Amino acid sequence: MSAVIRFVRSAFLLDFLGAFALAMKYFFRPKPTLNYPFEKGPLSPRFRGQHALRRYDSGEERCIACKLCEAICPAQAITIEAEPREDGSRRTTRYDIDMTKCIYCGYCQEACPVDAIVEGPNFEFATETREELFYDKARLLDNGDRWEREIAQNLKLDEPYR
Amino acid sequence: MSEFFSLLFDTATPLGWSVVTLLKVLGFVVVLLVSLAFILLADRKIWAAVQMRKGPNVVGAFGLLQSFADFLKFAFKEVIIPAGTDKFIFIMAPFLSLVMAFIAWSVVPVAPGWVISDLNVGILYLLAISSLGVYGIILGGWASNSKYSFLGALRSTAQMVSYEVSIGFVIVTVLLLAGSMNLSEIVEAQAGGFWHWYGLAFSPITLVMLPMMVVFFISALAETNRPPFDLPEAESELVAGYQVEYSSTLYLLFMIGEYLNIVLMCSMVTILFLGGWHAPFDFAPFTWVPPVLWFSIKALFIFFLFAMVKAIVPRYRYDQLMRLGWKVFLPLSMGAVVLVSAWVVFAQGGA
Repeated sequence: MSAVIRFVRSAFLLDFLGAFALAMKYFFRPKPTLNYPFEKGPLSPRFRGQHALRRYDSGEERCIACKLCEAICPAQAITIEAEPREDGSRRTTRYDIDMTKCIYCGYCQEACPVDAIVEGPNFEFATETREELFYDKARLLDNGDRWEREIAQNLKLDEPYR
Repeated sequence: MSEFFSLLFDTATPLGWSVVTLLKVLGFVVVLLVSLAFILLADRKIWAAVQMRKGPNVVGAFGLLQSFADFLKFAFKEVIIPAGTDKFIFIMAPFLSLVMAFIAWSVVPVAPGWVISDLNVGILYLLAISSLGVYGIILGGWASNSKYSFLGALRSTAQMVSYEVSIGFVIVTVLLLAGSMNLSEIVEAQAGGFWHWYGLAFSPITLVMLPMMVVFFISALAETNRPPFDLPEAESELVAGYQVEYSSTLYLLFMIGEYLNIVLMCSMVTILFLGGWHAPFDFAPFTWVPPVLWFSIKALFIFFLFAMVKAIVPRYRYDQLMRLGWKVFLPLSMGAVVLVSAWVVFAQGGA
C-alpha cells in the first residue's frame, strides 16, 4: 500500500507541489537580512574586538609593564619591553601586538590588573597589507583614545559579572 | 536618399536582405543579453527570497545593476590558461557553447513575424543545435586536462544525451497535433483561448499532453544542467564540473551560454505548450496586451518555475538521474506518442 502511495505521490509530483507551497510561504516572509555595511547588529559589552591600551583620566597610561598579558597570551602575540621612566615609574618602552597571531581569546584583558589592555568593540580593522596588522604601542594607545568612551561603558556594564 | 533607404531595406535584393537580417540579429542579441542580465539577477533574488535572504541589493536600486557589475568583474580578471591544456580547444570551447546558444534563437518566434529565420523545420534545427551545444561542454572539459573537468563533462554529456531522447519524443507529440515543424505554425495552431489549443477543446488527449508538458519541463531542467540535475557542476564532488579551470571572460562565456540555453528552454515550453505569443483568453482585456509581451510573460513564468525548482529541490544522484531519464520519461513519452498519433488518426481523421 505504501508503495502505491509513494507511486502516486511521485507521479503527480505531490512532494514538489508541497515544497513549492512551502517555498512560496517563505518567499513573502520578511527577510532577516542585515544590510551589513549600512546596518549593524547589536554587540555584547563583552565583545572581544580590536585591542586598545587605555589611559587614566589624567592622561597617564595605565600599563605598568607587569607583562602578565605577555605571559598568558596563548598565541604569543604580545611583545613587551620595559624600563623605568625618568620619574622612576615602571613603563613599557615597547608594546607590540601581532594581530595576525592574536586569537581574540581575551586572556590579556582578564590578566591585566589595571584594565590597561582591553579588547574593544571595533571589529572593522581589515587592512590591505599584513604589516599594517603589527600594532605598536602608539597605535594601541591611539585606539584607546579613540574608543575610550565605548570601552569604559562596556566595562561598566560588565562590572557586576566580573 | 529615400530611394537609397528603400534599396537598403528591400528584402528582395541580396544587399537589402543582408542588412535587414543583420539588424534583426543585432536586435535579438542586444535584447537577449540585456534581459539575460536581469534574468540572472531574478534567479539569484528568487533563490534568496525562498531562503529568506534579500539577495544582491547594493549595486543600483534593488541591485538591478548587479549583473553588469559582475560582467565587468569577469571581463577585467586575468585569463588563466593552465599548463597542460590544449590551448586552442580550451579557448574555443566557451565560444562554441556561446555561439550554439545564440544561433538556436534564430528560429524562435517571439511575436507574429518576429523571427530571424522562419525555417520550415525549425524544431529539427533546434534539436540539432542543442545537441551541438554538448560539444562546447565536452571540449571544454577535455581540453582543461583536469580530472574534475573531464568527469563533469562526461556526466554532463551523458545527461544531455539521455534527456534529449525524451525531449525529442515529447516534441513529436506536439508536432503530431500541430501538423507542422515550423515554430510559428506550431504557435498558430494554439490560436484563441487555451481551450482551443491544438483543437483539443478538453478532449481526453489533454490528459496526455499535460503530463507531457511536465516531462518536457523536467527534461529541460536536465538538458540545461539546472538543479536538481546539476551533477556536472556538483560542487561537493566535482568543484565546478567542466568549468573548473575556466576563469575570467572564458568562464563568462560559458555562463552566458548556459543561461541563454535556460531562457531558450523556457521559450520552448512557451511555444510548444503555452500558446507562444497568443493570449490565453481570446477576449479583452487579455487581447490588448501585445503578443511579444505575452510571450515574455509566459517565458518568464516558466523561468520563475526554473528558479523555484533550484531553490527547493535537492540534487539527484547519478543513478536516479539515469533511471528517471531512461526508465520513466522515455516510456512515458513513447506511450504518449502512440496515444496522440492514434488520436490524430482516429478522432481527428488527420495525418
